[in-house]
Amino acid sequence: MAAKVFMEALSPTMEEGRLVKWHKQEGDAVKVGETLAEVETDKAVMDLIARADGVLRQVAVTDGQTVPVGSVVAVIAAPGEDVSSPVTTPAAVTSVSGKRETGNVGLATTAAPVAVSPAQVVSGADATHVKASPLAKRMAKEAGVDLKLVTGSGPGGRVVRRDLETAGRVEKGEVRSVAASAAVQRSEPLPSPVSPVAARSGGAYEDVPLTQIRKTIAKRLATSLGPIPHFFLTTEVDMERAAEARDALNRQLGDRGKVSFNDIIVKATALALTKHRACNAWFQEDHIRYWNEVHLGMAVAVEDGLITPVIRNADLKPLLEIGQEAKQLADKARSRRLQPSEYTGATFSVSNLGMFDIDQFTAVINPPEAGIIAVGSIAPKPVVWDGQVVPRRRMRITMSCDHRVIDGATGAAFLRTLKEMLENPLAMLL
Amino acid sequence: MPTLTYRDALNQALREEMQRDAYVFLMGEEVGVYQGAYKVSRGLLEEFGPTRVVDTPIAELGFAGIGVGAAMAGLRPVIEFMTWNFAVLALDQIVNSAAKLLYESGGQFPIPIVFRGPNGAALQLGAQHSQAWESWLSHIPGLKVVAPATPADAKGLLKSAIRDNNPVIVLEGEMLYNTKGEVPEGEYVVPIGRADVKRAGRDVTLICHSKTVAVALKAAEQLAEQEGVSAEVVDLRSLRPLDEAAITASVAKTNRAVVVEEGWPHCGIGAQVVDVIQREAFDHLDAPVLRVTQADVPMPYNRQLERLAKPSPDKVVAAARRVLYLD
Repeated sequence: MAAKVFMEALSPTMEEGRLVKWHKQEGDAVKVGETLAEVETDKAVMDLIARADGVLRQVAVTDGQTVPVGSVVAVIAAPGEDVSSPVTTPAAVTSVSGKRETGNVGLATTAAPVAVSPAQVVSGADATHVKASPLAKRMAKEAGVDLKLVTGSGPGGRVVRRDLETAGRVEKGEVRSVAASAAVQRSEPLPSPVSPVAARSGGAYEDVPLTQIRKTIAKRLATSLGPIPHFFLTTEVDMERAAEARDALNRQLGDRGKVSFNDIIVKATALALTKHRACNAWFQEDHIRYWNEVHLGMAVAVEDGLITPVIRNADLKPLLEIGQEAKQLADKARSRRLQPSEYTGATFSVSNLGMFDIDQFTAVINPPEAGIIAVGSIAPKPVVWDGQVVPRRRMRITMSCDHRVIDGATGAAFLRTLKEMLENPLAMLL
Repeated sequence: MPTLTYRDALNQALREEMQRDAYVFLMGEEVGVYQGAYKVSRGLLEEFGPTRVVDTPIAELGFAGIGVGAAMAGLRPVIEFMTWNFAVLALDQIVNSAAKLLYESGGQFPIPIVFRGPNGAALQLGAQHSQAWESWLSHIPGLKVVAPATPADAKGLLKSAIRDNNPVIVLEGEMLYNTKGEVPEGEYVVPIGRADVKRAGRDVTLICHSKTVAVALKAAEQLAEQEGVSAEVVDLRSLRPLDEAAITASVAKTNRAVVVEEGWPHCGIGAQVVDVIQREAFDHLDAPVLRVTQADVPMPYNRQLERLAKPSPDKVVAAARRVLYLD
């Protein structure tokens, strides 16, 4: 019995995936657990694994093509098995996401047809949740039908069995036609995502389709600064003693490693959160989840976007371990090899642009977390110290708070503890 | 197969078991000389004599306790309550003695006793005499509870109950005693813990027991005639233990279910059945499971209000239409 190979949900928020490259070709023998292809999710490039033994047949998606989660991308059959019954054609959402469209002023007539965007296919404001009966969900999964493409006839638009049975034929027709039109416009697929930073091409502008990660960033951040009532608290921290502590530690460590300012900030933030649980929380619509564990998200810039890998139980880890883990996670993030478990579940986040010589900035909260701190550069400044104007290394941190969870005084109290710990690193031992 | 009334099927079961095992005896109000308030024990005093068919005073707690003591001493008592509404007075013996002695004696005292009698509403008996007690009794570990709907099941389950080494509650029905049905000839028993498909169907499962089996069968007929819907009627027969496999198998086939019972909605038998369905058949469900129960009020005495308070075929049809998304 032939087994269908589906585009699987390889991250918690993945709705579609781009098939970067097939590792197996049509006719190749495959075994359970072998990598069939690389798939770019909304966060990373992951392996699509064979779930049956047999021969790869009916490869329905080409390198570079993007299809919704649940689409059939191939079939694994026994050698010589008749698989003539057609595989459901996947709905190609965008033909080739890496494809660029270049526009020239005055040459509008040559504009290329626009690829079908998900927004045209998905109806309703909340595209991530589809109301469907458990049975309908199971049937859709088995048939490789995207439930978002099915109109529900049950209460509140719930998709029920009859919708898949009666609309099944119609739906498959639609899906096929979308795929067909997408196939016509497919040309010169690029094998890997490209930086949106365009080289000068001669045109007045350049349209670059959104990569998966940019789409996710767009969607996630639009659920933050718009709906979440942000407010911001800024404080300036004297970093002289932190700098002294860091230098002393690094002298002692020698070749065994280095402690960075960022490690100290991460550690201090985690410890301050243990004393201010009110800031270590998730807003969950009908309740607030106050976390007893501290998992710190750490914003990392990657080519074409950013991602926040998570340092788990950061309050419990020694500085050196935080430093090593932060580096490993950042490296993995930049090579897009982070596993979903490594970038989800943060209870609070830190964003540091100090290395870019930014004095101060505000960061956008990563929901459902209730707060994030934005860290500026450490620079010498003239300050009044014991009645004298002296140069001292100073740093500005700005906390963004979700006012539904954190009130002004609550956030200020947390920030004061953090400031105390950074200005007197020994306070971290208390 | 001969056709018998539910009352005569129970009578046969008692007679056969008393003939089979000299330790079996019947005790209760009016069971001897009067031959039972509903004539279930007709002819038994004559055949087995006053030591095995014992008339008692109107003292439910007392004769239930004597029964438990007799069971501890090795006899196999069948205690008849004139109705389960009166058995409330004996709950201490049923719940605290019969259900727990095996456990509390570390396995030394099995209590092979049967408590039986009519349960649920009849017609215009008022709030105090029209109650369905199955969810109370099924709640108790140490008790088994059966609620047969047909003469054949009544005979087979009462025989199983008498032979069981645990306390077994047999819930009969005043409105059931006169109903007729085919009963197999000769020796047979119905195992405790097995449901029975009373009507096979494809589109929706109607889960019921005791008097609501007739309600569900009528609803299934209406659904077939009026809507072209094929309803499957699953008679639970045993309420503790519950036949979870049969419930799951039927819902896996039809994808929708309506649970019908005589009792009140809150913490009812149907709530337990719905728990089984959501746990074991979640991925098969195409609609939330609905329940048809008695209205959540003391049973009205007024004839029309009483009719409206009870589960009816029309209410079951309406619920089935909703889970089928026909409305």
